[in-house]
Amino acid sequence: MALRVGNVWGPAGSKKLNTGEWRTEDPVVDNDKCVKCKICERYCPEGCIDIEENGCNINMFYCKGCGLCAYECPKEAIKMSISE
Amino acid sequence: MGKKVSVLEGSMAVAEAVRACNTDVIAAYPISPQTHIVEDLSAFAADGKLHGKYICSDSEFSAASAVYGASAAGGRAYTASSSQGLMLMIEVVYNIAGMRLPVVFTGVNRTVSPPISINNDHQDTMTLRDCGIVQIHAESIQEAYDAHIQAFKIAEDHRVLLPVMICMDGWTLTHSFTPVTIFDDEDIQEFIGGPINPIHCLNPKDEEPISYGVGTDTLLLEYKYQMFEAMKNAETVIEEVAQEYKDKFGFFNGGLVDAYKTEDAEVILLALGSVVSSARVAVDELRAEGQKVGLLKLRSYRPFPTNKIVEYCKNARVLAVLDKAVSIGIGGVVAPEVKAAFANMGATPLIKDYIASGGKYLDVAAIKDIFEDAWCVSKESIKEQEFHFVKLLREYL
Repeated sequence: MALRVGNVWGPAGSKKLNTGEWRTEDPVVDNDKCVKCKICERYCPEGCIDIEENGCNINMFYCKGCGLCAYECPKEAIKMSISE
Repeated sequence: MGKKVSVLEGSMAVAEAVRACNTDVIAAYPISPQTHIVEDLSAFAADGKLHGKYICSDSEFSAASAVYGASAAGGRAYTASSSQGLMLMIEVVYNIAGMRLPVVFTGVNRTVSPPISINNDHQDTMTLRDCGIVQIHAESIQEAYDAHIQAFKIAEDHRVLLPVMICMDGWTLTHSFTPVTIFDDEDIQEFIGGPINPIHCLNPKDEEPISYGVGTDTLLLEYKYQMFEAMKNAETVIEEVAQEYKDKFGFFNGGLVDAYKTEDAEVILLALGSVVSSARVAVDELRAEGQKVGLLKLRSYRPFPTNKIVEYCKNARVLAVLDKAVSIGIGGVVAPEVKAAFANMGATPLIKDYIASGGKYLDVAAIKDIFEDAWCVSKESIKEQEFHFVKLLREYL
């Protein structure tokens, strides 16, 4: 548990940081509207969107709720809603 | 007196205050949690509601340099930053203060890396404590609004002519919403005395144009002495302007300090910023239980209100200083300065340093814990434990 000198972490250490905790709004995806154009995947500043067979999948552990995906989606498939 | 009460985000209240003061140049670079302030000002500019120019700078060093130049040319200038952004501005802020330019800053308090964090503490603004900038800490959103208006008047006063930074806790004050009373632009303009009236400025049309930034080998201490005098004047001007604002607009949040139930207090907590609001509640709850406790809010951090601290705290048994910034190698930042205030005064309360930087959550319960610890301080115990690291998680050490 002890902190290491200089706050060094192991490989890919920043993956442990739960930036999703900073969110005040959640992106809500309607995959019926998604056309898998990947615009949201490319715009996401955290790189936490994956476009797969089913559509748009957002990793909520990292999503900071910036709303860029919702803003850029040409099909308005993503809406921002206040987090619980 | 025209006024309007609206529920505003803290950042918008600040943007409204700055807009109403008719700046000539705003230059800014975004960094959380300052972003909403500069985004709001940028939106005002886009909508044609902002006097003067808004420059989207490519870095904080660039933003600070732009307002430095604008002020040197006689313009009323403003910028805002936090944390790493303020660190990047340091060299320029030394220049702005040393050249005696009345730039107004918002220092939105956020901790300094490493580790990378957006948590609130006072490490960023207090790192600038030596350079000659006036620093006033706001306790609430309304106070942040009031203080920004007062800032231009204090900075531009010919007895001061130093940059003024209004420090406000990131997230707590910038990103929360409360009802804020906003005053009419004309009344604000009248309060700050209309357009800026610099004592001199860069102007190629002058018969004897001035130059800024010339070196000297013999008069450095003399320049600093003048700055000491200006800061001394700032003590008077800060109180004057706070009183004038109260007379005209009806709002008052303290001058250099605000003392709360300190008269017969046995233990006093000294603190800055938004945590003071929670501390007031803690004092009330403890007083209801019969404990003689009090609170001294430091509103002005620079100039450091030595006389006021001694005046209000000299009869207390224990003075607990809540530090939200550290000076590695000595302890907190404010407590050593409080100890210095009492150094040659004869009687001094026992002074204990409560270090709570890095965003340790300071709710009413946490503050009552600090009072409880401070209550038990004695002449013997203080020698072994002058510092208390608040909520330190020893399992990680």
